[in-house]
Order: sequence, then structure tokens, then C-alpha cells
Amino acid sequence: MGEEEKKQEYWRWTESNWKNPDIKWEDAKIVTVGIDVGSVSSQAVVMTDGQVYAYSNMRTGSDSPESARNALNLGLEGTSMPESRIDYCIGTGYGRVNVPMADRSITEIACHARGAHFIYGPEVRTVLDIGGQDCKAIRCDEKGKVTNFLMNDKCAAGTGRGMEVFADLLSVPIVDVGERSFEVKEEPEPVSSICVVYAKTEATGLLRKGWAVNEVLAAYCSAMGHRIFTLIERIGIEKGFAITGGLAKNRGVIERLTKEIGVEPMHTEWDTQIAGAAGAALFGYALVQKGKGRRK
Amino acid sequence: MIANYGYKDGSGDYFIAVDTDKCDGCGRCVEACPGTVFEVVDEDPNDPFREDPVVIVARDKGRKLKYECGPCKPPTNRPALPCVEACPQDAISHSWDR
Repeated sequence: MGEEEKKQEYWRWTESNWKNPDIKWEDAKIVTVGIDVGSVSSQAVVMTDGQVYAYSNMRTGSDSPESARNALNLGLEGTSMPESRIDYCIGTGYGRVNVPMADRSITEIACHARGAHFIYGPEVRTVLDIGGQDCKAIRCDEKGKVTNFLMNDKCAAGTGRGMEVFADLLSVPIVDVGERSFEVKEEPEPVSSICVVYAKTEATGLLRKGWAVNEVLAAYCSAMGHRIFTLIERIGIEKGFAITGGLAKNRGVIERLTKEIGVEPMHTEWDTQIAGAAGAALFGYALVQKGKGRRK
Repeated sequence: MIANYGYKDGSGDYFIAVDTDKCDGCGRCVEACPGTVFEVVDEDPNDPFREDPVVIVARDKGRKLKYECGPCKPPTNRPALPCVEACPQDAISHSWDR
């Protein structure tokens, strides 16, 4: 059993794909694809006439072109749609210049605003994207056009990767971190450093002091929430607050963050990780409609 | 659009904000900056539908702004920042003093 336990990868989140059963791609006029190759996860969204037909969400490998290819393959899996049917493909994300099948690339800032506007609805004015190794705060108008943004991609504190490292360190499956961080008698003080490296040291110290694992999780989640808050503060938060990216799924961080901000986040049925790729596919659709998007 | 280039780390916030509604891509900041922080591009990478030139801060420069801008920010007798001074549209601002 000990052997088994050692092998478990606590950081691993579930990869997925989805297909809209109500859409027949054969009837579509314009098929566009957005591929978001991030530092930790990659997504492909296939859109038919501006509607999500299929998507995939998986881990980015060491090779960006291959990750883009895998994401697209998984997205098209079981759809019988040939790749030649795609009218326009846009790459976005950290690895956007390394998406071989893309006709052009657009920054993740523009794509996330557009994507959040799509998956959360037109009331969105502030988008917070907590990605694998960066954090973006974006303000946008009623059309999903960016009006103000900042991105922090220098420091991985308060990002998805930091959470993965932490889940592994404490041997808690990453999907359970949020729930378990609330299973404490009293909310502990946040850890003093959320630098991924120092947080590890601090967490080990707290465990040695006799803190329960859940308490350490709570302390880390709250430090992370605070860190993200100080970043987003710079651009200001307006109602219509949408959170995208993998960490949007972690209530431990999100609830502590939104408590500090004082603005309730919006809700969506969509996978929050597909926002960037959805935005890219929508840009593709708009460009094709304008006659600007032509296949290479 | 207000484009904030830079980062935040344990030592502080280092952001250069460019108001792209004011910027016309004239490139005077590019000439004025001794650290080659700025770059004029034909298309705003964050606004795919804009077709006018605009100034951006390159990603690799944005990650070291504290150091790139250091020479223009001496602790005493600080002159006006060359990039801010050079901009006829008043489109550039810095978030930190030193």
C-alpha cells in the first residue's frame, strides 16, 4: 500500500473533452478553432458559427507544437470532423507562436477577455485569469474588448502551478484542496510567504509544529487569495466579476479572495479553463466574417 | 486601453502603463529610452482589430523593468523620466519611483 501511495500524483487534475450533442458540424457555415497552449494546460475549442461545438482540456507537455496537436486531436475525438473542415485556427497562450496549425496568433489577454465575455455572458467587466504560471487581471467593455489589463508572468506565486506543488507536498489531491481548506475549526493566519519555494519551507515548518494538514491548506489558500487581490487591485474591480483558469475551480482560494474584494464572482456552467481558447475561436469567427481570416 | 506591462514580486510593483487610446505609435519614447524598453508595432497584440501602430513593452523587457529602468531612477536629484517626457500624447506612466 505504501508503494501505491507514493506513486499517486496529487497534483494531477482531470483532463477532459466534451462535444455538443445538439450541433451537427455538417450544417455549419464557418468552423473556427482556438488553441490555447498555456504553461501548464492546453485547450482546444472548436466552434461552429460562433457556438462551442467541442472542446478539450489537457496538460501541456514539454513540446508546445505537440501539446497543441494533442489538444486538437482530443477536441475532435469522436466528432468525425476532418481537420480540413476548419476554416480558421488561432493560437493563443504562452506557447501561441508554437501552434503549427494556427493561421495566426492573438495574445491571451485579448482572448481571455473575449472568452470570459462568452462563457460568463455580456455583463462581464472584470476578468481575473489565474493560470498555471501567471495571473492576468483584465477590464473589458460590454463587447468583451479590453480596456485595461495587467499580467504577472514573472512570479509563479499565487498561480496554478504553485497550488500543484502544494497539493503534492501535503499529499492532498488537488481537487480536494478547496473543500479541505474549509474543514478547520478556526481560520488560521495566512502563511507569510506565498513564493512557491518559501511556502514549501513554511508549510513543512507548520506541519512540524503540529498543524493539521487542513489548517496548512487554509493558511496557504488564504495567502494566495490575498496575493491575487493585491495584484488585481491595481486595475480596480467592477461588478461583473468573472474568474477563469484552473484556479477558478478551487473554492479555498476563490472564496477567500472574493471575501477580501467584496464582489461576488459570476457563475458559469462552462469549464473555466477553456476561456482563452474560446476567445481565440471567437476572434477567428469574427475575422472570417469580416473577410480577414483566410487559411494560409 | 490601458496596457500595464511589468510585474509584481516580493520587492514591489513595477509596471509601465501605456494608454493605447492616446498612443499613436510615433516612436519618440523608443528613441528616448536608454534601455530599449519600448517597441513600436504595427498592430496592437492585445487588440486584434486595431490597425494603427502602437508602442508596447517587449515581454522579456517587461520582466526586468525594475532593472531596465533603474538608470533613469537615481535615488536623489531625479530628472523627469525620458520616456514620459518624450511622449507628446502623455500616454506613458510608471507605477514606481525607484
